Amino acid sequence: MITPEILEQHNVTAEEYEQIKQLLGREPNLTELGIFSVMWSEHCSYKSSKVHLKRLPVEGDCLVQGPGENAGIVDIGDGWCVAFKIESHNHPSFIEPYQGAATGIGGILRDIFTMGARPVAAMDSLRFGPVRDADVDEGNEQTSASTIARNRRIMAGVVKGLGDYGNAFGVPTVGGEVYFADCYSLNPLVNAFALGIVRREQIFYGKAEGVGNAVIYVGSKTGRDGIHGATMASAEFDEAAMEKRPTVQVGDPFSEKLLLEACLEAMRSGAIIGIQDMGAAGLTCSSCEMGARAGTGVEINLDLVPQREPNMTAYEMMLSESQERMLLVARPGHENQVFDIFRKWDLDVATIGKVIAEPRLRAWHKGELVADIPNMALTDEAPKYHRPMAAAAVNPPEDVTPKVAAALRAIAAQAGSEQLMNELLMRLVAAPNIASKQWVYRQYDHMVRTNTVVLPGSDAAVLRVKETRRSLAMSLDGNGRYCAVNPREGAKLAVAEAARNVICSGARPLAITNCLNFASPERPEVMKAFSDVIDGISEACRAFNTPVTGGNVSFYNETEGRGIYPTPVIGMLGIIEDARHVTTQWFRDAGDVILLLGESKADLGASELLVAVTGEVAGDAPPLDLQAELAVQRVCLEAIQAGLIRSAHDCSDGGLAVALAESCFSHYRHNAVGARIELPVALRPQSVDEIVGSAALLFGESPSRIVVSVKPENVERVREIAQRAGAACAVIGEVGGSELRIAIGGETHINCSVAELEAAWRGSLPSHLDRQDLLAAD
Amino acid sequence: MKFGVVVFPGSNCDHDTYHVISKVIGQPVDFIWHKESDISRFDAIILPGGFSYGDYLRTGAIARFSPVMNSVVRFANEGGLVMGICNGFQILCEAGLLPGALLRNRDLKFVCEHVNIRVEQTDTPFTQVCTEGQVLSLPVAHGDGNYFCDQQTLAELEGEGRVVFRYCDAAGNVTDEANPNGSLHNIAGICNRERNVLGLMPHPERASEDLLNSHDGRIIFRSLVVAVGEMLRTR
Repeated sequence: MITPEILEQHNVTAEEYEQIKQLLGREPNLTELGIFSVMWSEHCSYKSSKVHLKRLPVEGDCLVQGPGENAGIVDIGDGWCVAFKIESHNHPSFIEPYQGAATGIGGILRDIFTMGARPVAAMDSLRFGPVRDADVDEGNEQTSASTIARNRRIMAGVVKGLGDYGNAFGVPTVGGEVYFADCYSLNPLVNAFALGIVRREQIFYGKAEGVGNAVIYVGSKTGRDGIHGATMASAEFDEAAMEKRPTVQVGDPFSEKLLLEACLEAMRSGAIIGIQDMGAAGLTCSSCEMGARAGTGVEINLDLVPQREPNMTAYEMMLSESQERMLLVARPGHENQVFDIFRKWDLDVATIGKVIAEPRLRAWHKGELVADIPNMALTDEAPKYHRPMAAAAVNPPEDVTPKVAAALRAIAAQAGSEQLMNELLMRLVAAPNIASKQWVYRQYDHMVRTNTVVLPGSDAAVLRVKETRRSLAMSLDGNGRYCAVNPREGAKLAVAEAARNVICSGARPLAITNCLNFASPERPEVMKAFSDVIDGISEACRAFNTPVTGGNVSFYNETEGRGIYPTPVIGMLGIIEDARHVTTQWFRDAGDVILLLGESKADLGASELLVAVTGEVAGDAPPLDLQAELAVQRVCLEAIQAGLIRSAHDCSDGGLAVALAESCFSHYRHNAVGARIELPVALRPQSVDEIVGSAALLFGESPSRIVVSVKPENVERVREIAQRAGAACAVIGEVGGSELRIAIGGETHINCSVAELEAAWRGSLPSHLDRQDLLAAD
Repeated sequence: MKFGVVVFPGSNCDHDTYHVISKVIGQPVDFIWHKESDISRFDAIILPGGFSYGDYLRTGAIARFSPVMNSVVRFANEGGLVMGICNGFQILCEAGLLPGALLRNRDLKFVCEHVNIRVEQTDTPFTQVCTEGQVLSLPVAHGDGNYFCDQQTLAELEGEGRVVFRYCDAAGNVTDEANPNGSLHNIAGICNRERNVLGLMPHPERASEDLLNSHDGRIIFRSLVVAVGEMLRTR
């Protein structure tokens, strides 16, 4: 008997229960209710987002597989394709950072190799609450000393979890991003991206085709871990969140590695017709989705499922999220071949059922039919909500200029006005959002598989593809601050920055995947922001001609009523036709001329500078002109392809001065080098007073700007390309010396030793994270 | 001339090593599945990096019991050339072909970055093309690379010239800052008394192509090819 209490435990509303009864034509039993509850959870059904996701552009020449499969696939030529996707593991990573993050990367890797692709790269987009002692404010629970200590432990656990899993599996983690803000305290974001390579004719799909064919279970045994993981990830947290620890799965990268090798071997052997991994909602999701895609059904006998623990119930087996498992349909007569391959790799393998003609999911246990549900009821006919939307109280965005002016004068009064900009640059390079992320990526094996052409730290990661002459560039970008003040523009800016990063590495943007992290969809202002973000991504992707190949939505990122910023994360894939075009951000030789592509405006809203000097996120996101952005990107790529560019780096957090400093810093095989910059007065925004104007020119975050360096003899050619494209291009200085010196109209504003800047930039994260108190228990 | 690359469950640098030997060095090479026991067709054996058996229990502790390891020990004892890279080094220690052990890194974290190592010995089959004191830039990627052994063994290793590589700075100075994992005497690689078995933590196969930032690792493979050639001629 299903009681209202049971429905509540399953996060199923009374209306949804009525719908379930209607679809079944009867009352569900408890196992069936469990199955509905996970399949209809926000995490699996996308019930709040589906009506909006339809607006994303999903068409393009290169597209082989769009949204709806385990991963999106694009064609990169010569018969080779790339499968890639990003997925969130936010909720589990808050409850149990190490295992939560580890199983996040584990899940996305399975999504890739279930399509037949060998994973060759991973990236992670991570967001945490503040980790600096300087951020402690006991008046604010999100920044109390104990919360900050916990943020550090969460970060350390997440990074170690991602590293240990990816490293042992043998996939290089080649890039990503790490951001900090108050709203991610108690709501960390862990978005894992993976990419694999597959021959076009060897792509596999999650389809249960051929009535009578054997349905085979492979991989690890099923245990009681992770039951209701998807439901847990579909609700906000309260004080009792820690009691949900048993819903987090435990990862075993060794089993996953064996599963990868065995699956690829079985796929190559021709013994497999369809295959899907058991991720969220495990056995339930894989069996009903494989049936639904093929228009067939899957009937399984749970007695035959390899089990880790005795006396598991049908309910537990259907809902278990034990990791490193796959479900596949064998080609008739080839079952033994499948068995031999998986046994060779010491993995469990068992025929647990067959494909049936009726489009239903049927499960038997101990001679009893324990579930009998139409596939469509679990997939296409799952609820779709047009949730109410309302813009947050519409005030015209605040003009932050007076605040910035006041803060700058206060700092100038302390540091001396001639030291003001030096002081700001020092602060910004050490700000956790801008500081070196070496502390993180040093813990990831970023070189295994020997394809990593550009090591972590530049605008985009670059991987050679051994099978072709081409290389791939990839970047993960999001900016929660911009989306917090302007969701639509923020989303556009994220796509633009991702494209710009890929361009700066010498690649043509091809396609994106996205991970949309939001607070509760039951709040109308969150839903409105979600809808705006979808529109922003759509507009920008159309402009860049980069279709959306798939992705993931994560709602309910809120704890005790405090939600995160709307945080869309864009994973952009680009292609480099010729390895000689691979470009990095680091200045090369003294005497090279530095150019700035694009226009600078007084864009201080929601900037790193604003946060650094006022502690506030306010104002409006910098406006993005997509045509201007495209022009700048075209110039950069054309100049790179013409062999004219020695370094290219986009201006983002911290603006032009930070971009210049980062271009000066050392990197493997690049020594640190200085630069002398002379910015014409004309570049200084005239709409504000001089001190704010100078700060805006140096640290403002106008998009669509790229710092490039070229040999002196090539300056004119780059200018010509820019002129033809209608993009601004200014010579602003030259590489050389050991200082970064920046003058505006002849007046020196910044004169810092690059070594000192680099030490502050490099030392920041270790100084906050390598501490004894990290080892203390919760 | 034939190279063999052993594949344990959980090896993950097997393909990389195979790629360098076949495509970069241009020599015949085959994988050896860890359950094979006949390795007589090979002239040199490489135990690649990775996480054999998930490094569960202890790094290399389970892999040493793989059937192929009996043959590898016999092969080594008969003078065959064996090189263990990273996890392969750990397995060689567990199998008793090399002394000592690789402990958890000093700072308890996995470390992946390029380091400099100094070639201490050029009279080994793995370094004969190098010059003494030559500094190579190679990547490391390990959580357990902290070389440790007892004082007597350490004295023997040093006294018999069996410390083949040491972590150093770019100028070749052996300093504590240049030591990425806390290894005794900055040891990055050692050989056995007969000098036909080498274990090293850095990954030469990751630094053997111009496209991949460093090609310093190639010299180790080139040495190996020269050594195998000499052995074949004198056989």
